[in-house]
Amino acid sequence: MAKQAVEAIIRVRGLVNRFGAETVHDGLDLDVVRGEVLGVVGGSGSGKSVLLRTIVGLNRPAAGQVEVFGRDLLEMSDRQRRVLENRWGVLFQDGALFSSLTVAQNIEVPLKEYYGRIPLRLMDEISAVKVGMVGLPEDAGQKYPSQLSGGMRKRAGLARALALDPEIVFLDEPTAGLDPIAAGGFDELIRDLKGSLGLTVFMVTHDLDSLFAICDRVAVLIDKKLRVGTLEQLLKDDHPWIHAYFHGPRGRTAQQGDANAPAKSKRTPAPA
Amino acid sequence: MMASVAATLTQSEEAGRFIFAAAGQWLVATAAEIDRRLGSLQLPTGKRVTLDLAGIDRLDTAGAWLLLRTEHDLATRGNAVEMRNLRPNFAPLLDQVRAGGMVSPAPHPRPAHHTISGFLARIGEVSLGLVARAYSLLSFFGLICITIGGLLLRPYRLKLTPLVAQIEQTGVNALPIVGLLSFLIGVVLAYQGADQLRRFGAEIYTVNLLGAGILRELGVLMAAIIIAGRSGSAFTAQIGTMRVNEEIDALRTIGLDPIEVLVIPRLFGLMLTLPMLTLCANVLGLVGGCLMAWASLGITAPQFLRQLQASLYAWTFWIGLIKAPFFAFIIALTGCYEGFQVARSAESVGRLTTLSVVEAIFLVIVADAGFSIVFSMLRI
Repeated sequence: MAKQAVEAIIRVRGLVNRFGAETVHDGLDLDVVRGEVLGVVGGSGSGKSVLLRTIVGLNRPAAGQVEVFGRDLLEMSDRQRRVLENRWGVLFQDGALFSSLTVAQNIEVPLKEYYGRIPLRLMDEISAVKVGMVGLPEDAGQKYPSQLSGGMRKRAGLARALALDPEIVFLDEPTAGLDPIAAGGFDELIRDLKGSLGLTVFMVTHDLDSLFAICDRVAVLIDKKLRVGTLEQLLKDDHPWIHAYFHGPRGRTAQQGDANAPAKSKRTPAPA
Repeated sequence: MMASVAATLTQSEEAGRFIFAAAGQWLVATAAEIDRRLGSLQLPTGKRVTLDLAGIDRLDTAGAWLLLRTEHDLATRGNAVEMRNLRPNFAPLLDQVRAGGMVSPAPHPRPAHHTISGFLARIGEVSLGLVARAYSLLSFFGLICITIGGLLLRPYRLKLTPLVAQIEQTGVNALPIVGLLSFLIGVVLAYQGADQLRRFGAEIYTVNLLGAGILRELGVLMAAIIIAGRSGSAFTAQIGTMRVNEEIDALRTIGLDPIEVLVIPRLFGLMLTLPMLTLCANVLGLVGGCLMAWASLGITAPQFLRQLQASLYAWTFWIGLIKAPFFAFIIALTGCYEGFQVARSAESVGRLTTLSVVEAIFLVIVADAGFSIVFSMLRI
């Protein structure tokens, strides 16, 4: 694991994804550097979630190469892949918690699968630590997903994604459907966790405020390919969609919000 | 996975000061091992204790928790605890876990103990639940009757397209499976009947057995049971999924009555198709029986038909068919009712779908027994 400081922890080359006659990705390249927060943006239906699903192995691409931790995922046997899978965590859009289990039991599912020798009491303690880390109240562990609000479900989903202390977390629209305060809290949470756990974050998002608040680099899915850069670079990009995205009314508000409070993740509520 | 990674904890004492030196890899992979070792330690009380963390190479949340728990356990025994030599890059993690507070997880909700009182309580619970279900099913029945009454007053509100779609789905598409299974039942029944009746030299009465058995009972019962499994479950799953997606609420806000839009076409559709499926099941059951009678007893088709004609009277045929719409009503009622009982989770869709099939088959057989009693009183 201790390789050179700057290494591509995820490396995608020449990715092609097709659904029927429709091509979603056409020769897409991407490098994600260890320790960064990468935001993936793009219009609805541009294939952001498909990209995420392809990298975590839920979707087999028509062509291309996907390397995670320097190993080609598509060449791997199921057994080899399982070993890799406990080094990343995925937060799905609505948490994707198992509805028949409590939050604590949800967090314990990966623990039991990979480290079944841990005594039950310690398992309960570890899951309670995760519940606390993602900012859920202590009694949330005993609740079923249907008893939680949308924001709490996302936090619980993140707690499950973090159960094994992964090196990469994939977040699929983590702040969608949250109120601005909860969304800001979630951004802050991800930034804190990144600092303390040394996470690499791959985040699909629609939320401009999140981009400005926590992302180190941004990848824009455009014309079936990715255009990757820091926010400053993309702000200067004159592609019409990128320009409209960052310089539209919402984009401007988010930029101002970021400029006004660069240190703390104070957010201006998105205009209604 | 990584069974060989090692974490160590050594205890020493110098000048009245206890020193616990933690070293190695404090990870979730080694947590079980560390926890075991921590459990076997004799923790001092009222001493000055140092946790020396210089040797820790790798640390994750589970390891950090174990460190903090040890610190906490020592502190609650009146020790003055000091942590030192933690590598600076682990400090944020430790702070993060510390910020979550000392957790004391409540035990998971585990199933109630298998005691006699628990058993009795369960019987009571289930019984009360059954009464409550019966009551609520009855109110749903009432609701449907009211909706049907309203439709009789304004028949133009009955939409034909969904009705026809239901007839296709529950009737036409079910024809192959209902036909095949009835055919096979006819074959089996003829074989068993022939085998028994041959001992008395009464082989020809196999035809009577087939005629009465299939036309009065088995045709309609087979069709109803297959349709309960095939369409009753589909009703529950469809309506239940719509409830999970808030589609039922959307219908209400648009001003549409979910009963009228969702239940009535299914109910009427099934009440029209089940008699037709029964007819088909009867015919194919007899064909199967005829084939088997010919194969095992040498009864030819004309002989079979002549005997059938002689043994039956018109009511034998109608008794089976009369029951079909009632069974259809029961299946559609329970299927739709359970669909509306779905709570807003995917899990309850699955649970209630199973339940709806079991309930529908149960009620169909109960109703069949009821019909038998009525028919025997009427002497038909």
